[in-house]
Amino acid sequence: MSTTEFDLVVIGGGPGGYVAALRAAQLKLSVAVVEANHLGGICLNWGCIPTKALLRASEINHLLHDLGQFGFAADNPRFDFQKVVARSRAVSKQLSGGVAHLLKKAKVPVFDGLAKLSGVSGKKRKIEVTLKDGAKTVLTATNVILATGARARALPGLEPDGKFVWSYREALVPEELPKRLLVIGSGAIGTEFASFYRNMGSEVTLVEVADRVLPVEDEEISKLARTAFEKQGMKVLTGAKVGPLKKSSLEVNVDIEAGGKTHSLTFDRVISAVGIVGNVENIGLEGTRIVVEKTHIVTDELCRTGESGVYAIGDVAGAPWLAHKASHEAVMCVESIAGRHVHPIDATKIPGCTYCRPQIASVGYTEAKAKAAGYEVRVGRFPFIGNGKAIAMGEVDGLVKTVFDAKTGELLGAHMIGAEVTEMIQGYVIARSGELTEAELKETVFPHPTISESMHEAVLAAYDGALHF
Amino acid sequence: MATDILMPALSPTMTEGKLSRWLKQEGDKVSSGDVIAEIETDKATMEVEAVDEGVLGRILVPAGTEGVAVNAPIAILVDDGEAVPDATASGNAVAEAPKEKSAVEQAAAAPAAKVPQAASNAPTKSAPAGRVFASPLAKRIAKDAGVNLANVKGSGPNGRIVKRDVEAAKTAPAAASKGAAAPVAPGGFISTPLSSMRKVIARRLTESKTTVPHFYVSIDMQLDALLALRSQLNKASPEDGPDAFKLSVNDMLVKAAALALRRVPGLNVSFTEDALIQYNDVDISIAVSIPDGLITPIIRQADKKTLREISNETKDLVARARAGKLKPEEFQGGSFSISNMGMFGVTSFSAIINPPQAGILAIAAGEKRAVVKGDALAVATVMTATLSADHRVVDGALGAQWMSTLRSIVENPIALVI
Repeated sequence: MSTTEFDLVVIGGGPGGYVAALRAAQLKLSVAVVEANHLGGICLNWGCIPTKALLRASEINHLLHDLGQFGFAADNPRFDFQKVVARSRAVSKQLSGGVAHLLKKAKVPVFDGLAKLSGVSGKKRKIEVTLKDGAKTVLTATNVILATGARARALPGLEPDGKFVWSYREALVPEELPKRLLVIGSGAIGTEFASFYRNMGSEVTLVEVADRVLPVEDEEISKLARTAFEKQGMKVLTGAKVGPLKKSSLEVNVDIEAGGKTHSLTFDRVISAVGIVGNVENIGLEGTRIVVEKTHIVTDELCRTGESGVYAIGDVAGAPWLAHKASHEAVMCVESIAGRHVHPIDATKIPGCTYCRPQIASVGYTEAKAKAAGYEVRVGRFPFIGNGKAIAMGEVDGLVKTVFDAKTGELLGAHMIGAEVTEMIQGYVIARSGELTEAELKETVFPHPTISESMHEAVLAAYDGALHF
Repeated sequence: MATDILMPALSPTMTEGKLSRWLKQEGDKVSSGDVIAEIETDKATMEVEAVDEGVLGRILVPAGTEGVAVNAPIAILVDDGEAVPDATASGNAVAEAPKEKSAVEQAAAAPAAKVPQAASNAPTKSAPAGRVFASPLAKRIAKDAGVNLANVKGSGPNGRIVKRDVEAAKTAPAAASKGAAAPVAPGGFISTPLSSMRKVIARRLTESKTTVPHFYVSIDMQLDALLALRSQLNKASPEDGPDAFKLSVNDMLVKAAALALRRVPGLNVSFTEDALIQYNDVDISIAVSIPDGLITPIIRQADKKTLREISNETKDLVARARAGKLKPEEFQGGSFSISNMGMFGVTSFSAIINPPQAGILAIAAGEKRAVVKGDALAVATVMTATLSADHRVVDGALGAQWMSTLRSIVENPIALVI
């Protein structure tokens, strides 16, 4: 029997949990991970990664239908949808295996099972683990990190039914390409699926209850995204109210009210992407001082819960529901447990990326939020049409927008739409994290020719004016 | 990995300084931002903060060592559990720490301690720990808000000052001033960051008033003879040209004090822990008020100078002091000070000694007062002067004797011109 006493037990092996374990091992803490399903969590298995694999396929499909502009011709390009899906699963499997390898290399024991807090023993906490084979074992640890993640919210009437209604999980492993697809919710998840299926050839209707798609993004970006989606043939309904699904044996009929009209539409499949809920059940929170609000564990800025020695990180601890936020909290939380001086995370320095076509990436305040927060702002904009590399790539639909504090030159926010922006946003994140002002950004030499030059231009545009537009 | 902690430069022109004390000992754990030592020059004391974390493996320069060259390794920082290397990380073998100077050498050096070597204009290579680490945004907000970053504790990576630290310093000015009580002012207040001169004044005078046992001797002197001599001498000045002069009462009192110090040299001294320093020269520091504080330019060998020399030299020094153009050697050093507030009409005041000097003379206004001459009342121009003296080296009787000598010179001022 291996040891059951640890400095730290991490419940959940997603991008929060496994990173916490790796960092703890680096800091010479004895640490174990308990994972109920797959190492890598939703991110690797049912989220970030497999969707990127699918979106890559849909981008290729788009390019294959747009070869003419590059001087190519291909007759009737086809794909095997099952192979597309299988590749996505293989990518996830490879990465999940990679996480297992990393934990093994770091000598972190992994318990496959469900864990729950079950009281204290002396100064240590007890964690009861129900292993996959039903056997139970009890671990003790000075510290516990809850990293149990979240799952799709199931609105009444929109619960996944194994046939017509999908959550992200079913949407990742379709048996065939639906001809007519309804996507409810235009956050990152809904928008990415809408983009994937549309670019693979489905007729897609994207509905959003708010007055614009991607409502957390800057308004200008939302507007450009909608225009781009509609240009691709997607039907977009905002300010929309979805009526009850009327399921027949082969299809789903639904009335959607939007813009003062009622659209009676028929679909083969419906994706419900209306938010997520934290996995706070069956982990032993009952009877503890750990507070749960709106399905998420309440924590302070250092991820501490109401119980000393118990921490919560990642999706279960609340928004923003992003893997990189979970990983960052993991490192901070473990370092704090190890007695290091740490810095709380500032949500306005966490970037958000949506990998639809065109890509969207942002960090910090939108223009509207900056104004609402009382800032006097300077805004810079630069469209990709002024960027040489974007034109050479055939990717001229894009915009970079910067929002500066007029008083201090602080980069309050940056908002990008277009090719490769998810790879570029980190530049602005560094600027924001390092508290650079417009002066340093202006003085930074950006390489030519790159699309990133438009980031420089968007800074210049907020001050002296862009050079190439 | 072992890293050297280097002697920081407090200013671009600093080439060496005194390592006044260590706040961490060998074997102590150090986190970035911890204050590990204090460095001192004539003008300032500064804290040395650790940039990295680790264990203070070896102290190479003991506390109290003077003349430590900028960028010389002063300690070796190692990782926890790492052996302390025999060589500094920069590759130099660990040199024997500079030996304590012998008592004799120290005594000889002490009077000169306040007289720095001519400041080198050659820029030093770098000023590692003298630099304030702050984000560009923090710097800009601090500049706009008038927050002195030197008083702000950084909470960012490696103790770097970031926006939130400056914002906190802005809203709670006292919180940044390291331990000072927060001012309570319902009507609000304006917080102005201290100039470096104000900091030096605060530090040196606090040190003086808290460590030097002051005692005070006041005496009234009749100035009529001195004033008569002054007007006689001033009439002798050419109307114009390089030889023209206009003596002030202060010029004459400087000379009088210098002569008194020559006659009663027991006041022309300094106290050190080991010895009483008797200065050979009489160098009088004159307190000059300047816009953001005060400075004490020196009339060297004032006892040997003529009134005209003292007068012209004083005018030049005061003018350049107010323009901020004094050279360090013109205001650092001196063996005795004079502070004159007579022009403000004050009746009397006592001054704080300017260490390491042992005395300062506070001069009030000369005014017509009723005096008893013989058995009759008469009118005379009288001035009250107050000596503050360091009781560690000057006893009361000696102070009184010096004051009485001074009065006799002032009242029989012919001594000033022979």
